[in-house]
Amino acid sequence: MSAPTLSTGKASAPPPGHHPRPTGPDSAREEFVRALRRNISAHGFLIGAVLCFSFFSWYPMVREFLLAFQKTEDGTTTWAGWSNLSYVFNDPAFWQAWRNTLLFTVLALVLGFAVPFVVAVVLNEFRHAQGYLRLLVYLPVMLPPVASVLLFKYFYDPGYGLFNRILEFLHLPAQQWLQDPDTSMLSVVIASTWMNMGGATLIYLAALQGIPGELYEAAELDGAGLLRKIWHVTIPQTRLILSLLLLMQIIATMQVFTEPFLLTNGAGPEGSTTTVVYLIYQYAFNFNNYGGAAALGLLLLVVLAGFSAVYVRLSRSSED
Amino acid sequence: MASSTLVSRRGPGRPGSRKARRRDADLGRQRTLISPAQLGRPRGKAVYWIVFALVVVAFTLAFLGPLYWMVTGGLKTTQEVVQSPPTAFPSSIHTENYSQAWNVMDLAQLLFNTLYYAFGALAFQLVLDVAAAYSLSKLRPMFGKVILGMMLATLMIPATVLVVPQYLTVLDVPIFERNLLNSPWAIWLPSVTNAFNIFLLKRFFDSIPGELLDAAAIDGASPLRTLRSIILPISRPILGVVSIFAVVGVWKDFLWPMLTLPDPGKQTLNVGIYSLSNGVPTNVLIAALTIASVPTLLIFLLFQRNIMSGLTAGGLKG
Repeated sequence: MSAPTLSTGKASAPPPGHHPRPTGPDSAREEFVRALRRNISAHGFLIGAVLCFSFFSWYPMVREFLLAFQKTEDGTTTWAGWSNLSYVFNDPAFWQAWRNTLLFTVLALVLGFAVPFVVAVVLNEFRHAQGYLRLLVYLPVMLPPVASVLLFKYFYDPGYGLFNRILEFLHLPAQQWLQDPDTSMLSVVIASTWMNMGGATLIYLAALQGIPGELYEAAELDGAGLLRKIWHVTIPQTRLILSLLLLMQIIATMQVFTEPFLLTNGAGPEGSTTTVVYLIYQYAFNFNNYGGAAALGLLLLVVLAGFSAVYVRLSRSSED
Repeated sequence: MASSTLVSRRGPGRPGSRKARRRDADLGRQRTLISPAQLGRPRGKAVYWIVFALVVVAFTLAFLGPLYWMVTGGLKTTQEVVQSPPTAFPSSIHTENYSQAWNVMDLAQLLFNTLYYAFGALAFQLVLDVAAAYSLSKLRPMFGKVILGMMLATLMIPATVLVVPQYLTVLDVPIFERNLLNSPWAIWLPSVTNAFNIFLLKRFFDSIPGELLDAAAIDGASPLRTLRSIILPISRPILGVVSIFAVVGVWKDFLWPMLTLPDPGKQTLNVGIYSLSNGVPTNVLIAALTIASVPTLLIFLLFQRNIMSGLTAGGLKG
């Protein structure tokens, strides 16, 4: 059965299983009572979720807009106009936070977008141990973030950490990792990719398994080699999933908070891992500047809304 | 249930090509990038096994290696765990680090709290979100479309943007004038506002044929009865997916529980271990991380099939 297309108009329609009765003087009234009862019970099922949404989602959404243009001093709240926004714009940390967030997003896409795809393409070729390899890739996703992040913090230690030991083994120079402003963000991205790549890999694998084998056969008949088959068959066939995951990762990585917060206490050396969301956190919970936090949140919202809109369009088209 | 997967699978291959794929058909899978013929040749076989061995070794090192380091790090002495160069095997086994971590960091309490929040959130979502999705899909009340639209609109708002106003709401819930700080309700009630789960459930319910429900209505079943004895039994797969998302969501969350449950006795594993991480020796901390990882790893190993297929069936939530 297809999705119901009418809802408001249907309210007066006979309920399922309704048998036509002889029309009498009070049939219209009966119909009305039935529709009313149906609506009451339907709204009864809805009310719990609607209340939760009202209090913890819709109301905060409105409040976010209000907060961004309000100021609270000595317990009295007044309209602040654009002053919160201009305050945020004039904060030197603002531009740094955006630069860092963009850097994180770009690095996370290079690693977190490309690596799972390559891994999925390779795994999909294997006739053995696929279950084991899938299990391995997905394992970190199930760990509590604090475990993986603090473990990586231990590995990153320049003195006794495992990573410098590996570099030494490979005859590469030791790094300061999280303590060096030049490598701190990359270190955060590596940890984050390790933690999160399992989900994307499994989704790609499912998409790859949907590619009809004949397409590869046809490409081979045309004399296509391995790379051309990937370029002309694999990528076009998974294009939709690839673009959806790309957008989703952009939206998710631009909101990164937990990893830098746990790895470098948020700011990092010389503020090199301060992200936009960490700045929001600082405004709200360190400086008690809710107006500034809301104004900054609004800016992030505007930037991400563009990506979200594209995402929704694409995922709608994928459902047909 | 084709409509419940975003990753739509194409139908089976055309009959004509079946012969060519017999080898793969025996293995129950479609042919992939590399042709079976190529893999069948000696050179192809050799390359396949070399690549395969390399990948298996690399993956084992990359994904089990850190876990091995974590488990053994918890067994080392305070000196050995921060020794340079590090040792691959603990020179002596110190299981007392684990009991010390358990006691000093009060892991039993943290574990209990996390389970309590996660399964409470699961219960709330299963009851309220399933009821809402059922109503929107099958009972179709007045303004149902508007309500669904407003719920789905919340997906467009980045979660982190709402953290500040949500936190202020929790501090002073309007109308009820309650402060939910340090109360499990601060986790449970906002967890219901999971528009993605409602969307998944509604889409699944939409695919249940109306005739089934009509038959129940003729027999005089109430909407609640229909939900219980017809809808829910058919919907087990999607309920599994939604449950996994609900539990894992709470289990992995960090910022929200850190803000709303500041009381050390009420914290979650993530927050509790983080806030004590600077006060304990490294080996005890690593032992605590190991203990914290055990429950979800166990759940994962037990239900790996459901979890991994649920992930792709549930679309792109990742």
